[in-house]
Amino acid sequence: MIAMRALLMRTCLADMVAPSVARAARTVLERGGVEVVVPRRQTCCGQPGWSAGHPDQARPVARRALRAFAGDDPVVVPSGSCAAMVRHGYPELFAGRPEEGEARRMAERTVELSQFIVREGLDVGAPDGEGRSVTYHDSCHMLRILGERRSARAALEQVEGLELRELDGTEVCCGFGGTFSVNFPEVSGRLGQEKARNAAATGADELIACDLSCLMHIAGRARRTGVPLRVRHLAEVLAG
Amino acid sequence: MSAADGRRPVVYPEIDEPLRERTREALADPALAGNLRAASASWAAGRERMVREKGFADMRTRAREIRRGNIRDLPALLDRLERQVTEAGGVVARVGDAGAACRYITDLAAARGASLVAKSKSMATEEIKLNEALEEAGLRVVETDLGEWIIQLAGQHPSHIVAPAVHLNKDQVRELFMAESGDELPTGREALVAHARRRLREVFAAADIGVSGVNFGVAETGTVCVVENEGNGRLVTALPRIHVAVMGMERVVADWDEAAHILQVLPMAAIGDDAAGYVNLITGPRREGESDGPEEFHLVILDGGRSALRGTDVEEVLDCIRCGACLYSCPMWRSVGGQAYGSPYSGPIGAVLTPLLEGMEGERSSEMPFLSSICGACHEACPVGIPLHDLLVRVRGKAHTPAHRRDRMRFRLWSRAWSTGLGYGATRLGARLGLRALGRRGWVRRLPGPGAPWTDQRDLPSRWPPR
Repeated sequence: MIAMRALLMRTCLADMVAPSVARAARTVLERGGVEVVVPRRQTCCGQPGWSAGHPDQARPVARRALRAFAGDDPVVVPSGSCAAMVRHGYPELFAGRPEEGEARRMAERTVELSQFIVREGLDVGAPDGEGRSVTYHDSCHMLRILGERRSARAALEQVEGLELRELDGTEVCCGFGGTFSVNFPEVSGRLGQEKARNAAATGADELIACDLSCLMHIAGRARRTGVPLRVRHLAEVLAG
Repeated sequence: MSAADGRRPVVYPEIDEPLRERTREALADPALAGNLRAASASWAAGRERMVREKGFADMRTRAREIRRGNIRDLPALLDRLERQVTEAGGVVARVGDAGAACRYITDLAAARGASLVAKSKSMATEEIKLNEALEEAGLRVVETDLGEWIIQLAGQHPSHIVAPAVHLNKDQVRELFMAESGDELPTGREALVAHARRRLREVFAAADIGVSGVNFGVAETGTVCVVENEGNGRLVTALPRIHVAVMGMERVVADWDEAAHILQVLPMAAIGDDAAGYVNLITGPRREGESDGPEEFHLVILDGGRSALRGTDVEEVLDCIRCGACLYSCPMWRSVGGQAYGSPYSGPIGAVLTPLLEGMEGERSSEMPFLSSICGACHEACPVGIPLHDLLVRVRGKAHTPAHRRDRMRFRLWSRAWSTGLGYGATRLGARLGLRALGRRGWVRRLPGPGAPWTDQRDLPSRWPPR
């Protein structure tokens, strides 16, 4: 296999609450034969400010990401939502500004983790999954902005023997939605609860997604409302 | 754009309760949840059938092209529409705002000595609050679309663009009908419909003026299309002496080729069927030798803040054909219904359109675009491909209220911190130490300060993966 380099975006949420997700992403990529660089200057993609309606405040944060991830290597992100922000949001955020070209190039180079695995045909050396089952939540930005339904399911096939039980309403939003989750906590909670119940109803051992934010919300809501549910990020399943 | 030009706001002014409070009340209503779930599920099944059997995806692409072209050519199309309507013997009134629209109609009613107005379903007249204006002018107004009549009796605004009373069930409707008529009514659905038909028939026959909306005007021939499922639209536009059609200025297509396409896409998107019950095509008033139709036809074309949106980054909101598909597809609307939004335009399109038409200073309307997780289901559902998820984000950024300015101050701090390595590192350290300090057996039950709304509804894992 030709040596390949990738820049890993850890994501701010993993930095704050779940560094193990970024570590798992690194492990998976390295096992797939990728030389992983984790740029030290990286912070956040800027989405929290952008989607809350504060583009001028999001821009300096995004600008820092442009610099941290400069170059020609692919930028791999263990989050459909952050990847969507860069791919779909950056061209608009920097439109008509000096960084526009740079932003467009970074958008083109940026790819969500499971998409990267499938696109590059990586064998990530996943653990054995015999006798275990998971269900999968299609996170919104992965599904509808990146237009990706297939890659996570394809990546999960590398876990030998693992059973995927499809989730009723898998394409319905879990109700996280960034600042929405704290602006309208009751609506957010109601949707999270429905997602948690549907996931538990599959009888699968775990709920898997490509977005930590959804999982944190669904797991937290499940715990608060007494729904028995375990969650893990896709990268963690593949890393074993 | 400013709200200073005297047009009446779209949002009902009596609402001063914050949107969050209204969503909480809606969530606490078990009947509402059931009503919304049933309606959304039935719509979703129809939609899936349209995609599978009728090539809806390709039709959507063409519909988008048509509507983009219509908005690009809007001034010329409106001029042509006006010429053709006038040619056909109709009268066209272009009005700048809600006040002017209502005045035109109340003046007309006064000049003709009218006393009873029969209405068919129209979002534009909801927007300008025509019923209130007519009643203030001493006229009696009766909504003749079943759903609209129900909400008129309930004193509410529509909770859905094509299904105004979708938030109510038949028992609730029965109560309203009994209160209106003073009669004891049987419980069956058919009996209730029969009752409504009886009551409304009296109105069609006696009305002096029929007021309708316009699904779209066809510039080529000066024809207005009124699509409906009950036949009341046909009676309202044909029986009374005067027909007044009220249309938003963006609701125009160039020719019959375009009209034919939109006429198919509209019911597919709205009700999951490839044909509506009634399509009324109205070109001017009754002509010599014709046996029915009104003596006078007036077309009121409403700007109401729309022209200011052309050429902006939210222009695509004008492409909307008012099918209501984005409402049914929206997890938020499905959770709380349209009443909670406080505007006749609810759901994703309402959350974009209402504050834009009002001028972004409205404290209540500017909250609306925030009632969204930007999940994108609305864009997927939209038959003309409006990127509603993008528009929601853009409209959020235009909010011009004290609350949004306070929020911006907070994001300014965030921006400063997270655009430096030091600030970001400090936040990360704080978060990790905080989780360690507050976590009990892997979970945080209550966060202090700005994190409190998170733990209002959920626990926060202090270890990952959570166990």
